[in-house]
Amino acid sequence: MKHMGILFMVGLLSWTGRAWAIENHPPLASPVLESRYEHLTEEIRCLVCQDQNIANSPAPLAADLRYEVRRMLQAGRSNRAIKAYLVDRYGDFILFKPPLQPDTFLLWFGPFLAMGAGLIFIVFLVWRRYRTYRSEQIEVPAP
Amino acid sequence: MTRVVRYAIFMLPVLLMAGLLGVLWAGLGHNPSIVPSPLIGKPAPALMLPRLRHPSRTVNRSFFMGHVTLLNVWASWCVSCRFEHPSLLWLEHRGVRILGVDYKDQRASALVYLREKGNPYREVAYDKRGLTTINWGVYGVPETFVLGPHAIIRYKYIGPITLRIARRVIFPLVQRLDDEVRVP
Repeated sequence: MKHMGILFMVGLLSWTGRAWAIENHPPLASPVLESRYEHLTEEIRCLVCQDQNIANSPAPLAADLRYEVRRMLQAGRSNRAIKAYLVDRYGDFILFKPPLQPDTFLLWFGPFLAMGAGLIFIVFLVWRRYRTYRSEQIEVPAP
Repeated sequence: MTRVVRYAIFMLPVLLMAGLLGVLWAGLGHNPSIVPSPLIGKPAPALMLPRLRHPSRTVNRSFFMGHVTLLNVWASWCVSCRFEHPSLLWLEHRGVRILGVDYKDQRASALVYLREKGNPYREVAYDKRGLTTINWGVYGVPETFVLGPHAIIRYKYIGPITLRIARRVIFPLVQRLDDEVRVP
């Protein structure tokens, strides 16, 4: 029970939610648009406070970007078009999830390459030890 | 196992570590708040804003045509802009054409600011909502674009222009682009 206090504090810390998304914007035309709006704003980085998405960022720039996203959604633009609009102006960095393209291959597949190299190294080590073990087994005659 | 292979296996982690250290070392000098603009080499985005002094008249992209122009996003409330101001005056004094974009500001404060500190701008556009600048990929003040005579963006500087940057980077670039105008 004595850890309840700590648990409560940690709970509070993690409860940042989407406090900033509650704004005076008129609601979007449909629940589908609203949910697309929520998904999009979670994927777009706030360039002022760079580790936050624009859904959670209190920066004025994030509010402006949310406004632009709403405006484009209302104008009937697709998610892809909205992201392309922002990437054309701010670069790939504005998306939390980097696009899969030749200059990001290393970023996407690098970890798997490193894991593959590690696996090969371990297999090599095990194989060598096994071989040494086998040769020692043969040298020692059975009692 | 030959000695060469043994040596290679011994050196491999050392080399990997050296490479990793190199990457991390380079990262130390990298400022993450400076995000390179994808607009460089592209035509200037749309611009249609009222003028600061004459709200009934507008500034648009035609302002850039035929001249090398700096577009400087600023505000009277922005501390870094005050720091940058002497550099802009220095550039203006050397004949550099600067379009100011007053960002999320009060008209009156902006006018007082220019009266008190001097006006380096050929013209000032007034972006009260700060939405036009989103079209330009601006995410803070001050930010400065250098545009060629055909309204192509050639350079972007994020943050306050120091005198050193004005002298060593911006002014030489403007001169070079100016030469391109004269010698087609």
